[in-house]
Amino acid sequence: MKEYRTISKIAGPLVFVEKTEPIAYGELVNIILSDGTTKRGQVLDTSDELVVVQIFETTAGIGRDSGVRFTGETIKMPVGREMLGRILSGGGKPIDGGPDLVPEKRLDINGAAINPYARGMPADFIQTGISTIDGTNTLVRGQKLPIFSGAGLPHNNVALQIARQAKVPGSTEKFAVVFAAMGITKEEANYFMQDFERTGALERAVVFLNLADDPAVERIITPRLALTTAEYLAFELGMHVLVILTDMTNYCEALRQIGAAREEVPGRRGYPGYMYTDLANLYERAGMIKGQKGSVTQIPILTMPGDDITHPIADLTGYITEGQIVVNRDLHRKGIYPPINVLPSLSRLMNLGIGKGKTREDHKKVSDQMYAGYAEGNDLRGLVAIVGKDALSERDRLLLEFADLFENKFVRQGYDEDRTIEDTLNIGWDLLSTLPVEQLTRIDRELINKYHPKFRTGAKKE
Amino acid sequence: MEVTTKQAKEKKQGVLKRIAGPVVTAVNLDAHMYDVVKVGKEELMGEVIKIQGDSVVIQVYEDTSGIRPGEPVSNTGLSLAVELGPGLLTSIYDGIQRPLEVLVDKMGNFIQRGVTAPGLSHEKKWTFKPLVKTGDKVEPGALLGEVQETNIVHKVMLPPNVKAGVVKTIKSGDYTIDEIICVLEDGREYPMIQRWPVRVPRPVKEKMNPTIPLITGQRILDGLFPIAKGGTAAIPGPFGSGKTVTQQQLAKWSDAEIVVYIGCGERGNEMTEVLTEFPHLEDPKSGKPLMERTVLIANTSNMPVAAREASVYTGITIAEYFRDMGYDVSLMADSTSRWAEAMREISSRLEEMPGEEGYPAYLAARLSEFYERAGLVKTLSGTRGSVSVIGAVSPPGGDFSEPVTQNTLRIVKVFWALDAKLSQRRHFPAINWLNSYSLYLEALHDYYDKEVSPEWNTIRSWAMEILQKEAELQEIVQLVGSDALPESEQVTIEVARMIREIFLQQNAYDSVDTFCDMKKQYAMMKSIKTYAELAYAAQLVGVSPAQINAVKAKNELAQIKFIKDYTPELAKIMKQMDDEFNTLRSAA
Repeated sequence: MKEYRTISKIAGPLVFVEKTEPIAYGELVNIILSDGTTKRGQVLDTSDELVVVQIFETTAGIGRDSGVRFTGETIKMPVGREMLGRILSGGGKPIDGGPDLVPEKRLDINGAAINPYARGMPADFIQTGISTIDGTNTLVRGQKLPIFSGAGLPHNNVALQIARQAKVPGSTEKFAVVFAAMGITKEEANYFMQDFERTGALERAVVFLNLADDPAVERIITPRLALTTAEYLAFELGMHVLVILTDMTNYCEALRQIGAAREEVPGRRGYPGYMYTDLANLYERAGMIKGQKGSVTQIPILTMPGDDITHPIADLTGYITEGQIVVNRDLHRKGIYPPINVLPSLSRLMNLGIGKGKTREDHKKVSDQMYAGYAEGNDLRGLVAIVGKDALSERDRLLLEFADLFENKFVRQGYDEDRTIEDTLNIGWDLLSTLPVEQLTRIDRELINKYHPKFRTGAKKE
Repeated sequence: MEVTTKQAKEKKQGVLKRIAGPVVTAVNLDAHMYDVVKVGKEELMGEVIKIQGDSVVIQVYEDTSGIRPGEPVSNTGLSLAVELGPGLLTSIYDGIQRPLEVLVDKMGNFIQRGVTAPGLSHEKKWTFKPLVKTGDKVEPGALLGEVQETNIVHKVMLPPNVKAGVVKTIKSGDYTIDEIICVLEDGREYPMIQRWPVRVPRPVKEKMNPTIPLITGQRILDGLFPIAKGGTAAIPGPFGSGKTVTQQQLAKWSDAEIVVYIGCGERGNEMTEVLTEFPHLEDPKSGKPLMERTVLIANTSNMPVAAREASVYTGITIAEYFRDMGYDVSLMADSTSRWAEAMREISSRLEEMPGEEGYPAYLAARLSEFYERAGLVKTLSGTRGSVSVIGAVSPPGGDFSEPVTQNTLRIVKVFWALDAKLSQRRHFPAINWLNSYSLYLEALHDYYDKEVSPEWNTIRSWAMEILQKEAELQEIVQLVGSDALPESEQVTIEVARMIREIFLQQNAYDSVDTFCDMKKQYAMMKSIKTYAELAYAAQLVGVSPAQINAVKAKNELAQIKFIKDYTPELAKIMKQMDDEFNTLRSAA
């Protein structure tokens, strides 16, 4: 392999190489330092005169005297069944002291888009045991449902509780977990690792760790490696895979850093104009394939800068993913765990996974009615602050109480509390029964007669 | 999208010079703007978008990883075109008219590159029945014959861009789309297939002003903010406010004869939902599967960005083709923002001077060119056809002041403003009744008068007035509580609540409520108005608002939307309402 020593410019993570033979776009590059160490990179722009290489690690130590070797192939990742139970670096090298990986296959880390025609329709309800998800924002297999959080909120606990409790009722099969950390602290990483070990989840998990002090540019490939692994486990080995990506905010920062180094025209708040496409290339790697057994379900976690849901990272994510679970600071301050605010939360695929034969026939309507009641009750809190409780009508007072009950009974639950969907819906009915029956306009009579605590036959009183 | 090389004159081969993502540069290539070229050894499809001296800049519709400088580039000499003919309906295409079903067979479950597939089946035989006979004079765009494609009759036309002629022979029987079915006296021969460049609007005789509503079965749309057949509408809204559900509802229930649905840079799973659902849903008019009248274009967000840019043009050209047969076509584009972003991405790779928020300066021009392809027209063959365009817009952060929303609003006549606040309280469709508007009300006035009820236009204005009034009253309520309002206005608040909860809210997932025809819409609104009249009258004779609110029949009214044969039930409720108010009034 020919080695060039024609580096003309180094700027941030980019290395410019002159006078090469024709180099392919996207080719994997090795840079050989004078002390013999190797750094990896990828071709971003290629022409006869100049090749631009993006380095995945720090460019420290690279100089005009460094050697450049073009490998002639795009970045591929060795994958194999033995990856389960392993801990790898953000660049895909084992860091758990175990043996090297024995690859069964080498796959392009950028993946390929699933042909929409070949996609299977996500329809299997995943029970997470968390009422605010199962009851009102249901997760289904093959969905991508991010957690929108803020700094200092317990999003990691929520993600871990999901990873621990997630199951498809009636199926004994456990999810394999692919966990990709991007720029999180060692402490956070330890927290995840300890929980995986405590619950025995590690043996069916593959962990990729890019920590806060690892090169930022490496964060660009970490989620791609994780998703390539997930796709392999799902579509070649037929497993159901849950992918947790944390923290996507750090990923986007890395993307912006590269954009700036390339002197690109920036989009909103300095993030590159192609960030939508770039994020879509990650998030869209969730789903199922018709006639195949496995599935990839994604739970990306992002911390919204300043809790701002309109920030480009949260905004673009929300436009691509199938809903979002929003972790809320006010609820957290009230001491409610999990502090999930259902109002801005949403699961777009909920209707595919619920209803008769999947969860229960009343699920959708109970959820809608609770939403409506909580939203209205929540609004009334502002009014009460001005006019006092006494000025409220009877109807409004009940709604106000409903909102409080909803937070304390439905939202609040233990870190290890695993509620079945029946439990969740029954709690919902108990709460709704505090409202007059004629106010339940979103539920039809039949269902009220069947499930409402006042009418249901043989109902146990609580 | 096929470009057959046999008709195209093979031009001089060029050489690739630079590759930077989806934009590549070639030299020594003899090319014109928007020529389709084949890039590299794998012959990836691309389109010329800039010519500068000896350099030709090409946007490539497929992933360019692994392509090197020095590889060949050849020009097909043709512009990007779609194949038009029998076989379009029920098809699912990517952005450049490659049938996704065929691609699965050719390259498996994942989209690979370098595979071409024609938009239409060239083997399948169709039964062609002539509509003209020997000796007939045929003008461009004339209907030559027809093919029963699904339950839709596909009209085979003389291409619009040729000279008139006299029919020498016309065949009837089973033919493929490539076989000649018509020969003119001057020797010109025509098969059923025709090709049309996507970036050029298909010609019409005349554009007319729309006068008939596109009935969608969605109460807030038909009732308050209607769109006309041949009209344009925009649905902007932040994520999670229900753009896609609204678009899909329109694709399902609008009374257009043909539906073209473009999933432009959107979610893969959503397209799958459409693909799985549509074949099982019935057209409320014909009772046939909805898929039989539908053409789907799915270029999801992770498919190549240049093909996303083309998808919108592919869709509208297919829509225009069916319009030319004399059909009412509705086109849904979800989402035009992703299309605009694709333009931005390509533009920034061309290092063009950016306009607002990094979008190219020609954004407004492209958007207006696109929407202007909608319209009610007199076709070249003299019939009436229409293309209605409904574009979803995804403004970043839900901020309507951004360039795509603003430039769209300057063109479209109907604005359905989605509101995150409404969707959060599960008020669906989450269309804000105060911010939305329709400029077709005047044009559709007569239609409603005749076809729905002479009262309808008045009732509509009455409802809008109540909703407007409620918004004003709510501001006061926020400060002092509802008890402080005068009694008549407490009634108004209650009536507005009924309009919102009973009429405006509609459950897309309920088998009955998902589609509501105009008669039922009228009946529902009329009953609410009757309640209002009874309530105001009762209040005047001294019945308290609390007593009025306790009227039971009012709550029953909410159930009407879930009942299919609602007339007897509604009559019962109205009778009960009357009785209740009578009792209240006599007690007062």
